[in-house]
Amino acid sequence: MKQYTLATNSGEITYTDRKRYLWLASLFYALFPFVGIGAHALSGNELWLALPLFIAYGMGPVLDWWLGEDENNPPEEIVPLLEEDPYYRTLTMLTVPLHFASLLGAAYWAGTQNLSWWGVLLLAVSAGIANGLGINTGHELGHKKTQLERNLAKIVLAVPAYGHFCIEHNRGHHRDVATPEDPASSRMGESIYKFARREIPGAFRRAWAVEDERLTRKGLSVWSWENEILQSYAVTFAVQISLIAAFGWIMLPFLAIHNFLAWWQLTSANYVEHYGLLRQKEASGRYERCQPHHSWNSNHKYTNLVLFHLERHSDHHAHPTRRYQSLRNFEDVPRLPNGYNGMFPLAYVPPLWFKVMDPRLLALPHIDGDITKVNVDPDEKERLYEKYAPAAGSDGGAENEAEELTNEAA
Amino acid sequence: MGKVFQCPDCGYQYDEDLGDEHEGYAPGTAFESLSDDFVCPDCSVRYKEDFEEVAS
Repeated sequence: MKQYTLATNSGEITYTDRKRYLWLASLFYALFPFVGIGAHALSGNELWLALPLFIAYGMGPVLDWWLGEDENNPPEEIVPLLEEDPYYRTLTMLTVPLHFASLLGAAYWAGTQNLSWWGVLLLAVSAGIANGLGINTGHELGHKKTQLERNLAKIVLAVPAYGHFCIEHNRGHHRDVATPEDPASSRMGESIYKFARREIPGAFRRAWAVEDERLTRKGLSVWSWENEILQSYAVTFAVQISLIAAFGWIMLPFLAIHNFLAWWQLTSANYVEHYGLLRQKEASGRYERCQPHHSWNSNHKYTNLVLFHLERHSDHHAHPTRRYQSLRNFEDVPRLPNGYNGMFPLAYVPPLWFKVMDPRLLALPHIDGDITKVNVDPDEKERLYEKYAPAAGSDGGAENEAEELTNEAA
Repeated sequence: MGKVFQCPDCGYQYDEDLGDEHEGYAPGTAFESLSDDFVCPDCSVRYKEDFEEVAS
């Protein structure tokens, strides 16, 4: 395995990235609908089309629990060498055509095999989940500075019909993260279903406004071909119209479900990444800079390997252009109890999510039971303040719950 | 000669002589004249006042 060596004044530093070849998991995970298609082809039983869902939500959380966490960081001095190594960026770039293959393969199977309605549904859902990861691939590419990577981001985002993502995420979410103004940061007491109704339209509106502003500065109309959102949508339109032409009207529900499921993956990720976390306003009226404690993190091995280290989210927000192979674990940052594949289903059952996450949120060292330091859903504020506000002169409910959680963790 | 300002996080450089075509800042646009809401076009996590002047 490749060893990086750097001579410094205080001696030689060497580093071997033990995950180097394991990152291939991120590359091939895009193809996981084919596991279901293959099993169906071999067995003739449509139920096997559900296999990818079992892999994602059955096997994923178990593997995260079983394989545990990886807290290793590359030495800071080695990071420039890691960032320059073309191997890592080659993997993200190679993932782009695999997302197209995943959509085309699933569409072909749905359009040609005379499946039952639920067989088509299973295919659309598994392809949608795989291509929700296309947004993750677009995320890694779209944060980089090379034109090639930025163009590939627009292309891969066309698969899940989410071409406004890079502008929305880079120029909107990263600027406003963990503030009440951010439609992509979830609030305490806000269920994922309520969050989605704010996040999905809010993200589109913000992306369009940012792109409009840029094009106006250039003296162009927002409807110009230089609109990078429209460029990506044009690819989506060409691909999805071709699929309808090739495989008929069954593609309409198939693509609608596929696209929605892909967006839903992003909604789920946004929901768990900053739940309840809040940046404070400074005297200048600006929000404090995004700190490591403004993102939830997970070091779980399996899901990080299929998500290009997305779950090391604090470092990503501190240094958004840093490449996935160099993202670091920090001590004392908010930590999720499982990887994303375990946290997403938890979020889908709001009472369970609140039960697990609200005490964990209030127990964070920088919050320390003080609910005024939390990004709370305004509709739930009165109820939650009453539930968690410490009574004057005594230990409040929030502190008690926080202590209980600390004791449980110990 | 215009001045050059650099993002202290990601190293993005705004060269007044070149402006930034993609962002819609024409060559010769002074850094001072950019909007107070200006954030680093590459990383978005550093504001205008965070930028540092570097030798051009």
